Amino acid sequence: MDSPVDNANAIVRRHRLSTRLWHWLNALLLYTLFTSGLGIFNAHPRLYWGQYGANFDHAWLELDRFPGWLTLPGHYSLALSRHWHLAAAPVFAFALLFYMLWSLTNRHIARDLAFRRDELAPRHVWQDIRNHARLRFPTGEAALHYNVLQKASYIGVIFVALPLIILTGLTMSPGMNAASPWLVDLFGGRQSARSIHFLTAFALVAFFLVHILMVLLAGPVNELRSMITGRYRLPKPRSRAVP
Amino acid sequence: MILTRRTLLLGATASLAGCDRLARNESFREALFSAENFHKWAQRSLMARDALAHEFRPDQISPFFRANGTANPNTPDYKMIWRSGFADWRLRVDGLVARRLSISLPQLRSLPHREQITRHDCVEGWSAIGKWRGVPLKTILDGAGLRDRARHLVFHCADMMGSGQPYYESIDLTDAFHPQTILAFALNDRPLSVANGAPLRLRVERQLGYKQAKYLMRIEAVESLSSVGRGKGGYWEDHAGYDWYAGI
Repeated sequence: MDSPVDNANAIVRRHRLSTRLWHWLNALLLYTLFTSGLGIFNAHPRLYWGQYGANFDHAWLELDRFPGWLTLPGHYSLALSRHWHLAAAPVFAFALLFYMLWSLTNRHIARDLAFRRDELAPRHVWQDIRNHARLRFPTGEAALHYNVLQKASYIGVIFVALPLIILTGLTMSPGMNAASPWLVDLFGGRQSARSIHFLTAFALVAFFLVHILMVLLAGPVNELRSMITGRYRLPKPRSRAVP
Repeated sequence: MILTRRTLLLGATASLAGCDRLARNESFREALFSAENFHKWAQRSLMARDALAHEFRPDQISPFFRANGTANPNTPDYKMIWRSGFADWRLRVDGLVARRLSISLPQLRSLPHREQITRHDCVEGWSAIGKWRGVPLKTILDGAGLRDRARHLVFHCADMMGSGQPYYESIDLTDAFHPQTILAFALNDRPLSVANGAPLRLRVERQLGYKQAKYLMRIEAVESLSSVGRGKGGYWEDHAGYDWYAGI
């Protein structure tokens, strides 16, 4: 890493306004959607594969109800959980759509998220994994670029997990099934879609936990400020004197 | 900064309690509940008026069709018509119609049928596929002749709910005249069982299970739902806050 010393520790503009707005809107909406979703799940805490599935059919997963401190509302109310979920869902879906289009237009995806050819060389990927596992975060200007693992996670979330959870959500609607029957076919039936919806929700929770951990390790104040005001202090290079 | 499980728990509980308080605020509640209108508008705009719910193959039928809600109305009136094998049962059609009707089960069975293997989606999350046979609601409505002012159909049922009043549901004319909207008297080639709504139940295939009113006694054509029950158009809508538009 040859980060210019005079630039180290400088304050730079890091995240665009669109990214910051979308990030915090998502934080709010995903929290609402996840907790109200668990409330809805509590009405029938069993999951199936295929077109149909009810109490007499084989469930691949059967859980107890999620506790009130995890659900929205805090007591069992299928109607209220659905109101929260179905009010937040369209805002979430359209926000993602606009963010995708905006990020294609302002070249955020092309510049910051798309893999460069040399990055995909196995040696480079391996090096990134090793650095990441040893928590050797890049310093100086290099800290402004995402490594291969970060790019893969963000692309996976923006272009795979979030669209998947939206589309499987739509598939559970009998009205949408009549409007676009191909969607439910794509997921192999409504109960499969419900299972995928649930699994994707927990995949996003896993992403969230790793994301929070990484923010804490990389310096929570600096990271938080960069996502609120956009301003980010370039991390100082590690001292090479220490063996 | 130490994030213990306890602080996380407290944080989660506090913010969820905040959401609960918000949901009790009248205008916020209204905004939250109005999402239903968006979904109804969006779905109705996206789909053709007569877009069909998917119909399945016979080998895709659920081995056992789960019944939900009332398993047996068990009222003296219902017991009486059940004992007679529903010979004394009549479906009344009234309200904003040109001709009031009173239809017996044999009369219904003699009308042209429709058969459809469809998926029943409960609001709780489960699904069951069954084969329904019944008379298109359109046939009955054409016979009764809806008046111009009629905008909704209210289905009055024989089963009493906890509050001592019979179950009721309603649909609008878009769904009433949809080709798959039928008054079903048979499930999986057998007369409707008591648990599944004998002698007659509604099938509105593009909506959730609670719209599929069982134990039908009377169909009333009305202009507005405000005079029905508490004004939301259905028992669960009035008593539990369910959406009237159950296409979501």
